[in-house]
Amino acid sequence: MWKWLHPYANPEVAYQFTGKLIPWFNGIAFILLSIGLFLGLAYSPADYQQGETVRIFYIHVPAAILSMGLYFAMAIAGLSALVWQLKLAHAAIAAIAPVGAAFTAIALITGAAWGKPMWGTWWIWDARLTSELILLFLYFGVIALGNAFEDKSQGAKAVSVLALVGVVNLPIIHYSVEWWNTLHQGATVTKFAAPSMAMSMYIPFVICFFGCAFLAGSLICKRFQGQVLARNSLRPWVKQLALAEDN
Amino acid sequence: MNPRRKKRLTIISLILFGVASVTGLSLYGLSNFVDVFYTPSEVHNGKEDGTLKPEVGQNIRVGGLVVVGSVKRDPETLKVSFDLIDTGPMITVQYEGILPDLFREGQGIVAQGKLIKPTTLLATEVLAKHDEEYMPKEIADAIGKHHKPADYN
Repeated sequence: MWKWLHPYANPEVAYQFTGKLIPWFNGIAFILLSIGLFLGLAYSPADYQQGETVRIFYIHVPAAILSMGLYFAMAIAGLSALVWQLKLAHAAIAAIAPVGAAFTAIALITGAAWGKPMWGTWWIWDARLTSELILLFLYFGVIALGNAFEDKSQGAKAVSVLALVGVVNLPIIHYSVEWWNTLHQGATVTKFAAPSMAMSMYIPFVICFFGCAFLAGSLICKRFQGQVLARNSLRPWVKQLALAEDN
Repeated sequence: MNPRRKKRLTIISLILFGVASVTGLSLYGLSNFVDVFYTPSEVHNGKEDGTLKPEVGQNIRVGGLVVVGSVKRDPETLKVSFDLIDTGPMITVQYEGILPDLFREGQGIVAQGKLIKPTTLLATEVLAKHDEEYMPKEIADAIGKHHKPADYN
């Protein structure tokens, strides 16, 4: 059933394949983000209560969703690394972690900048904000643990376990606003019901979200290529690649 | 799936299940402390199971809706007082300072301060809590949503 996937477990094939994806991802991300950010920041209507401040939504929410989505992807890579002992999954974890951490930081910083004018405070230790901060520390942990070992293959197992176990935090982040009293409001778009925002605001958000997702995809592919090269530096195909670059 | 992989998958699933249960149970046990504020009824009656009733002199946060018509301003100073309500009895909040832009009657707010009487909070900070609905002004007017900002005169 999964036979068609098998060729991609070869580092060289995976390297070539991600190389082909990058220009497409870049192009799509550029087009979607240009349209989405223009619509969101300049064209969409202001909110009835919050006025222009609501435009932070178009960056804050895509970043927050991706911070969790990328962690989930990293946890799946961790599972494949542990169960099927895929070497490439280790490269994937190392590729995803800093990108995910960046989106988490963006979500936290834009959230603080939004909280100050609307709520009246940059930060409050409510369940949503605190669990998202823990997500950032989990990313930092995965990055630091990966770099703590001289020999990459040695640390890989510990990193995979950490990436996998941290997934417990994801439902906590998502449901924190329902399970406990928080200053943060409930979900606007990430729910099964219809989104709680006007269509003229929802469409720019969707475009921005996919723009950010493709941008993340492109950054991760580029990092993945670097990780694959670093972990296979003694292989003949990498040497040939390096020689070809020289000429 | 070959037996070795199956065994690894089982072990990992068990570990993940264990970690999830431990986290879940701890958070459930601590849930009263994870709440960032008391509701006005909880100030009156304590949390759900009748425990953790805040005492006079305690520093707490209270979150609820501003009762329409309860906002009283001192014309000379920045002193203001208003009532907060959820589903039960209400409590009174006294505050001196500038209220957030989103403060209006009927709006959800979170006040932090000291409980000076069993049902009166002397707030040092008032934060606005907004809901998850976003819409342009025209739609809000069309469906008759109340959104008049606070009157500072």
